[in-house]
Order: sequence, then structure tokens, then C-alpha cells
Amino acid sequence: MALLDTKETAAGVVASYLARFSGLDPRPAWLHQRRQAAFARFAELGFPSHRQEGWRQTNVARIAESIYAPQPPLPPGELVPRLRALELPGVDWSAEAVRLVFVNGVYAPGLSSPGAAAGCRVGPLAPLLADEPDRVAPHLEHDDERDQAFVQLNTAFLADGAFIEIAPRQVVERPISILHLTTGCKERKGVAHPRTLVLAGRESQAAIVETSAGFDGDVYFTNAVATIELGDNARLEYTRLEQESRAAFHVSKLRARQGRDSRFTAHSVSLGGALVRNNVHAILDGEGAVCVLNGLYALDVAQHVDNSTILDHARPLGTSREYYKGVLDGKAVGVFNGRIIVRQDAQHTDAIQSNKNLLLSDSAATASAQPQLEIYADDVRCTHGATVGQLDAQALFYLRSRGLGLEESRKLLIYAFAADVLGRVEAAGLRPALEHLLWKKWAE
Amino acid sequence: MLEIKDLHAEVAGREILRGLDLNLHAGEVHAIMGPNGSGKSTLAQVLAGRDTYAVTAGTVRYQGQDLLELSPEDRARAGVFLAFQYPVEIPGVSNNYFLRAALNAIRKYQGQEELDAVDFLELVAEKMKLLHMDESLMKRAVNEGFSGGEKKRNEIFQMAVLEPKLAILDETDSGLDIDALKMVAAGVNALRSPERAILLVTHYQRLLDYIVPDYVHVLAAGRIVKSGGKELALELEDKGYQWLGVDDSQPADPSGRHSRVGA
Repeated sequence: MALLDTKETAAGVVASYLARFSGLDPRPAWLHQRRQAAFARFAELGFPSHRQEGWRQTNVARIAESIYAPQPPLPPGELVPRLRALELPGVDWSAEAVRLVFVNGVYAPGLSSPGAAAGCRVGPLAPLLADEPDRVAPHLEHDDERDQAFVQLNTAFLADGAFIEIAPRQVVERPISILHLTTGCKERKGVAHPRTLVLAGRESQAAIVETSAGFDGDVYFTNAVATIELGDNARLEYTRLEQESRAAFHVSKLRARQGRDSRFTAHSVSLGGALVRNNVHAILDGEGAVCVLNGLYALDVAQHVDNSTILDHARPLGTSREYYKGVLDGKAVGVFNGRIIVRQDAQHTDAIQSNKNLLLSDSAATASAQPQLEIYADDVRCTHGATVGQLDAQALFYLRSRGLGLEESRKLLIYAFAADVLGRVEAAGLRPALEHLLWKKWAE
Repeated sequence: MLEIKDLHAEVAGREILRGLDLNLHAGEVHAIMGPNGSGKSTLAQVLAGRDTYAVTAGTVRYQGQDLLELSPEDRARAGVFLAFQYPVEIPGVSNNYFLRAALNAIRKYQGQEELDAVDFLELVAEKMKLLHMDESLMKRAVNEGFSGGEKKRNEIFQMAVLEPKLAILDETDSGLDIDALKMVAAGVNALRSPERAILLVTHYQRLLDYIVPDYVHVLAAGRIVKSGGKELALELEDKGYQWLGVDDSQPADPSGRHSRVGA
């Protein structure tokens, strides 16, 4: 992959973003003011350097040194068949589905099926930005994201997005799907800054699956931001499924704030992308909140995936479970940074973190894990563990000694390694579809 | 059925088998006994194809084929079964999936039709009764969380389902209580037939009260030093190994561990 063609200077890249920024529709005015402030902040921060804390293992030079511009939408006659050919376990194409599709950052009404029924509002964000700023404005920016250049860049280009609101006590049975498809090529690298806002009312229950995907070989940069608010006793299962092109770059930020007794489960499955950085920040901001961060990254060739998570226990009696597993082949690099903060007020916190990696190639793939515990309360239970291993030679021999072939045995053990992560996926129909996709991947 | 000639094998440069000869015919049950570190488990693992052992000399012919040329899976498909001394736990793989995949791999190799899920479950239910195993076992991961006795019974259960031509039991009796031992023995005895050969590797005589062998061999320092009928086991029970000139304080592998590598 000849990705390192022409290197741009940092100033040149910022100037290119500025040029496009200047071309944005300055309406609504309140939003544009915010975008201007965000752009100024982004220009001030610049892209993170790999000398910077939190970015030491992930060098975003390939994002920072190239010019990416939004690509025009593909003609429907070309788009639809190509989209159909992608295996996207997270996207529900059936007639009953509630689904939002964005192509190159632009809402695609023809492919979407928004929902307004049953106390649940699912649709594009743009109408709310124009007509109901009070509903959405408080959730578009957060003080704890002021130093995050990618989030600022996303806000600077915020014009639309996915909006999901679940009314109090509503139970939405069918998972809601969101798809971001981005295109681009080496000569015209694409970009999208998807934004998702989820407001889960008190005692509501829902599942959301957000997929980022692209066509094989396409070159582009996806810079996604999702903000989720969970009311008291709400239950939300959110899946981020990253299936970008192997030549694409993907940066995501998920910020979830949980009310009292709420339960938030976030699955992160990373399969594609040349360079991927997923940031998760979960704030257990009500007593008795439960948060499960469940992640799987299955990589090969020279893919680099960095999962950086913060679990912020701000109130007492919170429980968090964090399980990330990586299957690394070729020269892939898996990075896991897991930070757990237990605030002074968060007594009786119960936090378990685990990161396990399976290296398939003999020495070329690498995995690193940095747990980081910051505990300011005195009555808590926090544990963490990280492992890096290879396929168990004894298990492999055991399977073969029963007649299973070498390749089948390997595949079975890889699959078994990942099985518990997939086993935590509850959203209807998603787990078997994911299993099918992974089984095929490892059968290659 | 199995013809072993002058077999030498080593692990990590240490010779464990030092010229072993053994012949098994269809329909026979042979027991191999010997002190710790004499090479019993090494023999079992070498026959199953474990690659941590290097065969440095000798031949093994199985049903007219060169067994040592075959991959572990092809040995299994050709009808060789090893009941492991230490069965391996495989979290994430259900017994059901594992055993059906194994059975169908063997059936396919032998030119038989593969079994569908229904036929397979029928077969399994029958064999489970034989070993007094609970059907919920099929949904559980292979050996995961099983007690020592359950693991050994699961090995014999697998054997009962796969119906091998040559079954090698590596210290299947070690660590079993008498009830479990009887179930294991019943499982093995049910498999005895004129078409099959069974090789029991054991450290203890008690197993042979329940599975009566046709021949008993004493393995010491990597070679068979004495062969006889079932009465040889009783003699060993009385006299120990010393009367055979076997110094069981000086095993071929002084750590006593190498024979367990990969078991």
C-alpha cells in the first residue's frame, strides 16, 4: 500500500481544513459560532504528536500529513450494488428496520428508514440543530473534550449526524442501525466527521449498532464522535463496528454519561482500517451504575489499532467490567490503554479490567497493554490483568489427535479465544452475524 | 495391527525411548507398566504424533502403513486414538461441536457419510449412558472446569463415539476413584472386539482387575524388559520392579517430567 505519497506540512493540512471550513454554510448562527471556536481550538492544538501522553504508541502522522476532502456521493446505481456486496452484520436492511445511513458524511434518506414510533425518535440531527437547538446544544460539547483535537475537528465540521432519543420507560426491541460509509482514493482521499447523539430516557431500554465501513482499497479518514446520555435506570447496548477499508484511517470518540442504576454496555469490534484509534470515555455519574466495555480487534498485515478507554467512577457503588481481546496476525499492532478513575466519592466501586491478546504470527505482530488505575476512594475493588500469548500447542495437538486438521484446529482455537467477547453481545441477531463474519475471516 | 521396531525417541536432546519393540494384533489388549520416567507416556505421545518428541531411529507400522509418516490428524482418521493422561481444557469450544467435527473428519477420511446433527445426538446419547454422563456435558466447553475424573471419563466417552481401531490409554486410571474407574473400565471393555487393539499404559495394577489384558509388558529405561501374560501384573504387584533388575529410583528421565510434556 503506497500510502505515503506526498507529505504535507502541518500548516498546509490545517490550511486545507480551514479552506473547507470557510466554505461551510454559516447557519444556524449559534452552531456556527461553536464550530468557529472548535476550529480555532483544533488549529491551536494541532494533531496529537506521538510524543504526547496517551499517543506514544500511535503515530497519526499519516492522518496529519495528508489532505483529506469530502468526496461527492456515488451515483445510486453504483452505490447500492457495491453496498449490498459488503458483509455488514451491524446493518439491518429489513423492511421493519430503523436505520440511518450516511455516505461521505451526508445523510442518505434513500437508504435510511428513520423511526418516530413507540416513543423513540431516530433521524438526522440537522433538523434539530436548526429548529430545536435547546434539545441538542448541551450535548454537543463537553469540557473534558477541550484538549481532544479530533473531537474539536469533528465539531468544527458538524452539520448533521444521527440523532436517537428513547422516551422514558420505552423498550425498543429491535436494534437500531447506523451506517457511515466513506469513499476516497489515493488521489482524492475522502473524509467524514460523523456525529451521533443518543439520549436514552429514564428506565428505557434499547440497542444501537453503529458501523463505519468503506470499500476495499479506498483511502479516506473517518473521524467519528458519539455522545450518549443514559437516564436513571436506563439500559443501553451500543456496538461500534469498525469495518473500514484496509487503507483507511479511523479515529473515534465515544463519550457516555450514565445516570443512577443505569447499565451501559459498549461493544467495540475493530476489523478494518490501516490505523485505528478508538477513544472511549464512560462516566458512571449516578450511584449503582454498571458499565461493560467489551472489545475485540482482529487484525493482520500492518494494521494498527489502539483502544484507549477511560472508566470514570464518579459515584458510589458503581460496577465496571472491561474485557478487550485482540487477535493479531502478520505485522499487526494492538494497543490497549485502560484508565480507571475512582473518584473520592465513588466508594464501593467494583472494577475489573482485562486485556488479552493472541499473536498468530511468530514474532512480527505486537500487542501492548497499559492499565492505569487512579483511585481516590478507600473502599473499592479494582483489578486488572493483561496477557499476550500464542495458540496453545497442547490444545492444537489435542484437537488434531482427534482427527481435526491443522488449519481447522487453528481456526477453532482462534474462534474460541474470541468467543467470550462475542458471547456478551445481546442485540438480536447481531452475535450470529458477527460470528459468521469472523469465522470467515479466520478461515482465509 | 501395530508393529514397533527398535524405536528410539528423544525430547530436548534427552533420549527417552531406547530401542523399544512391541507387537499388537487386532483383538488384543496389552498393558504397559513401568516406573515413573520409564518412557510410558512418551511412547503414547509418539504414537499419537506429538511433535515435541523426535523419533531418532526405528519404525512403527500401523495396518501396513508407516505410522510415523502420518500427521496427528491422519493417524486419528486412520483409527488411532490416544486417551490423554492430562486431557486439555479448550474454553470456547463445546464438546458437541468438537466431537461432531472429529467424528465427521474421521468418517470422511474413511469414505463414510458425515453424520447430521440429529444422528449425531442419537449416537452420543447412547454412548453417554455407557459412561453415566450427563447430557448437559455436550454444551459445555471441552474439559473446561471438569474434575480430574470427569476429564478421564470424557476421554473414554470420546473414544466410545469415535470407535478407533487402535486405542492407547495413557494412565487413564491415575487419580480415579473406584466408581469412576469402573465406568472407565466398562467403557473400554465395551469397545473390546476382534477388530480392535487396545494399549493400556498404566502405573497401577488396579486397572487390570477391571480390564483384563492379554499381555503385560514392563517398560524400563525406554525398553521393554519383560513381557508376559496377565499373571505378570500380579507378580509385579507382589515383588515390585526390582526383581526385574529395574532400578526405579533411576528413571531414564530423572525429572520424571519429560514424559508428561504435552500430555
